[in-house]
Amino acid sequence: MLDVLTGFVEELRKTGLPVSLTETLDAAEAVRHVPLEDREALRSALGATLVKSSTHWDAFATTFDVYFSPRATPMALDGAPDDVGVLADDSGVPPDAGSAQPAGGAGEGSEERLDAEQLRALVAEALRTGDDAALPALARLAVRLHAGLEPGRPVGISYYLYRTLRGLDLDGLLAELLAAATGSAADEASLHVGRPPGRLGDRLVAEELAARIGELRRLVEAEIRRALVADRGASAVAKTLRRPLVEDVDFMHATGDELVRLRRALYPLARSLAVRLARRRRHRRRGTLDFRSTIRRSLSTGGVPLEPRFHAKRPAKPEIVVVADVSGSVASFARFTLHLVYAMASQFSKVRTFVFVDGIDEVTKIFTRSASITEAIARVGAEADVVHLDGHSDYGHALGVFGERWGREITSRTNVIVLGDARNNYHAANAEALAEIARRARRVYWLNPEPRAYWGSGDSIVGQYAPFTDGVFECRNLRQLERFVELLD
Amino acid sequence: MTAGDASPATADVLRDETPPRFGSVPEVVERLGSVGYLADEQIATVVFLADRLAKPVLVEGPAGTGKTELAKSVASLLGARLIRLQCYEGLDEAKALYEWNYRKQLLRIQVERGSGDDGGSSSAGWKELEEDIFSEEFLLERPLLQAIRATEPVVLLVDEVDRVELETEALLLEVLSDYQVSIPELGTVKARQLPFVLLTSNDTRELSEALKRRCLYLHLDYPSVEREREIVLAKVPGIDVHLAEEVVRVVRSLRQMELEKHPSVSETLDWARTLVLLGVEHVDTSTTVATLNLLLKYQADIDQATRELTGRPR
Repeated sequence: MLDVLTGFVEELRKTGLPVSLTETLDAAEAVRHVPLEDREALRSALGATLVKSSTHWDAFATTFDVYFSPRATPMALDGAPDDVGVLADDSGVPPDAGSAQPAGGAGEGSEERLDAEQLRALVAEALRTGDDAALPALARLAVRLHAGLEPGRPVGISYYLYRTLRGLDLDGLLAELLAAATGSAADEASLHVGRPPGRLGDRLVAEELAARIGELRRLVEAEIRRALVADRGASAVAKTLRRPLVEDVDFMHATGDELVRLRRALYPLARSLAVRLARRRRHRRRGTLDFRSTIRRSLSTGGVPLEPRFHAKRPAKPEIVVVADVSGSVASFARFTLHLVYAMASQFSKVRTFVFVDGIDEVTKIFTRSASITEAIARVGAEADVVHLDGHSDYGHALGVFGERWGREITSRTNVIVLGDARNNYHAANAEALAEIARRARRVYWLNPEPRAYWGSGDSIVGQYAPFTDGVFECRNLRQLERFVELLD
Repeated sequence: MTAGDASPATADVLRDETPPRFGSVPEVVERLGSVGYLADEQIATVVFLADRLAKPVLVEGPAGTGKTELAKSVASLLGARLIRLQCYEGLDEAKALYEWNYRKQLLRIQVERGSGDDGGSSSAGWKELEEDIFSEEFLLERPLLQAIRATEPVVLLVDEVDRVELETEALLLEVLSDYQVSIPELGTVKARQLPFVLLTSNDTRELSEALKRRCLYLHLDYPSVEREREIVLAKVPGIDVHLAEEVVRVVRSLRQMELEKHPSVSETLDWARTLVLLGVEHVDTSTTVATLNLLLKYQADIDQATRELTGRPR
């Protein structure tokens, strides 16, 4: 057990979780107190001792599944211990449609005869009735049927997952189920328990189905993972599964899945940053001595002023002007930063936003008029007039126009934040424009989503702008973005 | 026994002396249930381990997911006294640990000056006075010290620990890891029993590594639909199973929207109670929209949710 635990901790560290020695010892102590055959208890015990942040939980859960895969526990459906037979496809054990499965006509056939159509019907039925007990077995069957697992082939889980899900055609299933469910009014199936009438009902049904499909997807993934662990061993699989923690995901190269995780992480981050900024602003400086209050307080100590009292200071909130490059290469970075800035807009007295490619346009109004930040950011892409000539970033021109048209509105309270990689497509830098802005503004910061090592290479001219800013920051992931926002005041 | 074992830490001694409070994880679930707290296996396991390993539990999660409630429930099922330290910005030693009652001390000194002012206030007299004014009588116990010095079983709840500054956090470390407190004038005060310690945090600030290392960690998120339905059924008398199911599904729907603040469990319960009082049998769009202000507390959120609920179906 200790060996497994050490390997497990080692893998967690490689994923980026900070696990200390004391925590490892705690984990070793903790597992002595829980029954080892109880996987849930084991997971909770290890989680409570090794994972100290909710954002790390997903990474932990995945690694846990790999290292403590439920191979020993028999499956609910066929009762046979899981073996590598899944891979070799030589398993003679037919899936015996026991209590878990609805008597759908597939139970009597062996697995070879269960074809894609039948499986699909069974899955549809289980999803419709909310038969949670049947889902693990169905996920297993789906993997056998569709994944085409090949022992020893060095491909990742996502490949097999993709094949299985394509085979199951979950999107098609969802559409069919939705059509059926929203059409029929009175149905005895469990989907309709707790279904209010009308549009709200449709919405709830759709969400319930989406949740069940999500569960099936998760089970399929777990099933593939388990088969791969049996084939290659835990540490090899864990290596292919290693994904960066959400705060380390690179904005410029985030995959669709990672973008979703990033967006989800933004809101809590914005909230905690807002609290931190407000708190620090209030606390940093005490005001002048409050004589009256000090004397009043000293009465209770016989006229000895033990505790001086101070006037609270109310420092003005900063004004923010964001100037963002929204050309293709850095657009997603700009979107994230804008999202964060607007999510904490209450911390700033004013936020104005300008976007540019080679032309520049103010989009502040889009943000004030949109219902949500997400909607506003989508509209910025469609409505802003940012192309002047050819649609390739031209920082020099954009900054020049910005200075001419809006330069006078920049005051000594304004913090200007420029977002972009300063890849200028060999146009003129026009650094004087930035210098002029910097003369008027309180601070000018530049956030660059490129790795520091690339700065100044090729057409990157961030070096020419840097002298006129109060700092150029490498800002490739949430962690760095968070650190920067804390600087604002 | 080696030399190193001669004076083991307070925590270890106490842990060896204290009989375990719980026999098994299922027992924790059951006993928490008996005081009206529906725990899932993860919560129960952490509570169980906290007892066995004699470690504090750090409970983190969004507001209104039952963090404080957990502490109260543990206290009530153990029959222990609940000592609560509510954290806030600017909380310091004097409010968390102990304080000398300097008003009383001043009075004491003045009395001394008035009565025995016979020429030379000798060094013996001074010594006596010093010992006197730094004695128990002038000590104001604050929650942390109370929890350490208690002789009966206690549950110590350090609520919203993320609100204190980093420096104050350090203060907690000695108490939480060794269950002892050093008071310069009195010496080290050691715990006589192991308090069951829970810290809660709303995650507005990253807590220090040192503090996290010493704690078991429990993330309390919004409950699953099934568990929340159980909670509604248990806490709202006279609610129909179907209505409960509808209620929790609507709440899940709201929690999937992008809102400032999502409805908490207690708000779900408030809403369910209201629906029962109103005699509602089925939740429909208009009832939901009309009563949204029970679930959502920001006008912008209410507008947003109304728009999504009445707008086009997805």
